[in-house]
Amino acid sequence: MRRFRIRKDEGCISCLRCARECSFGAIEAGEDRTLVFHHEKCTDCQRCVSCCPAGAIFITEDGNRFRHGSVFTDDDIREILLQAETGGVLLSSMGASGKDIPIYFDRLLLNASQVTNPSIDPLREPMETAVFLGRRPEGIQRDSEGRIVDNLPPHLELRTPIMFSAMSYGAISLNVHKALAAAAEELGTYWNTGEGGLHESLYPFKGSTIVQVASGRFGVHETYLNTAAAIEIKIGQGAKPGIGGHLTGKKIIGDVSKTRMVPEGLDAISPAPHHDIYSIEDLAQLVMSIKEATHHEKPVIVKVAAVHNIAPIASGIARSGADIISIDGYRGGTGAAPKRIRDNVGIPIELAIASVDQRLREERIRDRVSVIASGGIRNSADAVKAIALGADAVSIGTAALCALGCHVCASCHTGRCAWGLATQDPQLTGRLDPEKGAARLINLVNAWTREIKEIMGGMGINSIEALRGNRMALRGAGLNEKELEILGIGYAGE
Amino acid sequence: MKEIDIRKDGLEAVRKQSGGDVAVTGCLGERYIGCGMKDGILRIKGTPGNALASYLDGGTVLVDGNVQDAAADTMNDGLLAVRGSAGDALAYGMRGGRVYVLGDAGYRAGVHMKAYGDRKGILVIGGRSGSFLGEYLAGGTIIVLGLGYEGRDITGYFCGNGMYAGTIYLRTGKAPLNLSDKLIRRAVGEDEEEQVIRPIVEDFASVFSIPAASCLEGGFIAIEADSSKSYSQLYAAV
Repeated sequence: MRRFRIRKDEGCISCLRCARECSFGAIEAGEDRTLVFHHEKCTDCQRCVSCCPAGAIFITEDGNRFRHGSVFTDDDIREILLQAETGGVLLSSMGASGKDIPIYFDRLLLNASQVTNPSIDPLREPMETAVFLGRRPEGIQRDSEGRIVDNLPPHLELRTPIMFSAMSYGAISLNVHKALAAAAEELGTYWNTGEGGLHESLYPFKGSTIVQVASGRFGVHETYLNTAAAIEIKIGQGAKPGIGGHLTGKKIIGDVSKTRMVPEGLDAISPAPHHDIYSIEDLAQLVMSIKEATHHEKPVIVKVAAVHNIAPIASGIARSGADIISIDGYRGGTGAAPKRIRDNVGIPIELAIASVDQRLREERIRDRVSVIASGGIRNSADAVKAIALGADAVSIGTAALCALGCHVCASCHTGRCAWGLATQDPQLTGRLDPEKGAARLINLVNAWTREIKEIMGGMGINSIEALRGNRMALRGAGLNEKELEILGIGYAGE
Repeated sequence: MKEIDIRKDGLEAVRKQSGGDVAVTGCLGERYIGCGMKDGILRIKGTPGNALASYLDGGTVLVDGNVQDAAADTMNDGLLAVRGSAGDALAYGMRGGRVYVLGDAGYRAGVHMKAYGDRKGILVIGGRSGSFLGEYLAGGTIIVLGLGYEGRDITGYFCGNGMYAGTIYLRTGKAPLNLSDKLIRRAVGEDEEEQVIRPIVEDFASVFSIPAASCLEGGFIAIEADSSKSYSQLYAAV
């Protein structure tokens, strides 16, 4: 299925670097230092383009196209051909491509102060970006002497409202985990192991680590739970709500096997349902057993996919004893998911956050939990909008991978990532230097944090706390009345 | 031996015990007893609540009566021995150690059990188990003895559905109800019974001080995944 064309111009110096870099077999060195292009194997990952010292290679969409004007698009026909040939379920990765589902972030406009309530200059004045995640105390308690009792439940303290999303070792390489862990520690935020366990070399980053517990319980044991700042129970994931994880035995080699505690070569299946959770009461029990095993010292996060009825689902979770709810939207990424699920199941994070925040406020339980939004946060403005819609913080997965080189070619499921991120091939994983990677992640999050300060300053707001759920800061454009109602915002001009 | 009256001293007192031989008396549904315990012995009197010995990482939990749901959830090491029966979701995701139940087990016993390296989950049920026994089994050994149920079904429906490694041994000649066509049922030969089943069953019998011979009477069948019929989907990468 040819989708891209590899071309080179007269600037090519025949160094063959592109052939060495291409991990998909699309560029090969032929005889006499010539290049052979296998266009059908190209994934448009841009590795060759980035590495070409002469700037002589480039990838374009293939000029050929199928007949237009039918309801069947090029992709539809291509996929039918592929399935007719293989009989397989279409497998994809990264976030949903659903082109016709609106990206609501792009239809939201932020406010700025003029004349009255002046804006604040973040370069001159303090701007608070710290966020605390966890349950708020119900009230002030005093002892018999009248002294305030410290009844603050365990919480996470973030210096910036940006965290790194759960990505498992196995789906991504150990070097990516190293970069994320080091960056999170330096930034005063958190990274998340995903469900594949925590490599022992990362135990020193305990204070910046969120460990995940999924239905397969891979790599979960008492020490794992206690080598973390918080524990996340994964119920669902935005890229594939209702679908579980399946890491094929081929990827379970060496340290991946050791960390997941699954024998080499054996599949690691974590089905969507937790077979010990059939109700909010069952969830509450798992939350409490994890708290018990961690001496009630750590907050517990419950991660769900944004789906229909997300508001009552979140309300149930808030009542389960969980301290934090993480909601992953329709456009959330993945290392592998059936394409039909990825593109057709779930709802955009913007709508989910707004309705959850509204519902929890109406039920007067908003302070029982913090809410993390994820799934398609592309820049600092998206983060600000998500917080204004009601999130306490956001987490980024794809954006973080982009900082490490990813060009979103959506080929993670092939295990051949040319940037050395979504692969376990030692030839490829070595392409990421964890230290340099960490530095890039730190740069990215620092830059976003500066932008967030600037945006908040413009609005005359000097803390994230005051931005949270502040829908007055938002107006919609190109939205219908129902959308405005769910988002809880006015139209631009109102 | 130290004694803790859980109704008076609370779970906090149990939590503070690390190591040593402790009797926990008066249990009446208290949850999370022995959660994450690493060593020592807890002797439970009465009926503990859900999630007993979850994340157990070593040591021994002995229960005189019955246990409720989610006992030994995600257990990593140690021994849980129950003289009575167990509720649902027993030994979920268990990776190592031993869970012995002299009576019956409810639904979903041994789901997601696994093995890794020198760790291998072992679950022995003296009586019968409910439906969904050993679903998604990824390793380890489950033995159901069916004591007192001779000639009757000793597992419920959907036994071993979705399992892809590990073995379920049943002391019966009868095929489990609606056994999936992706699983293999085979008779257990003498060598396998002597080498694999006997040591486990003898240990089980000695924990409860019952004669091992009666637990080994009659033959065993084994249920395993049919490696030629993978559960993994056929995928076509886009």
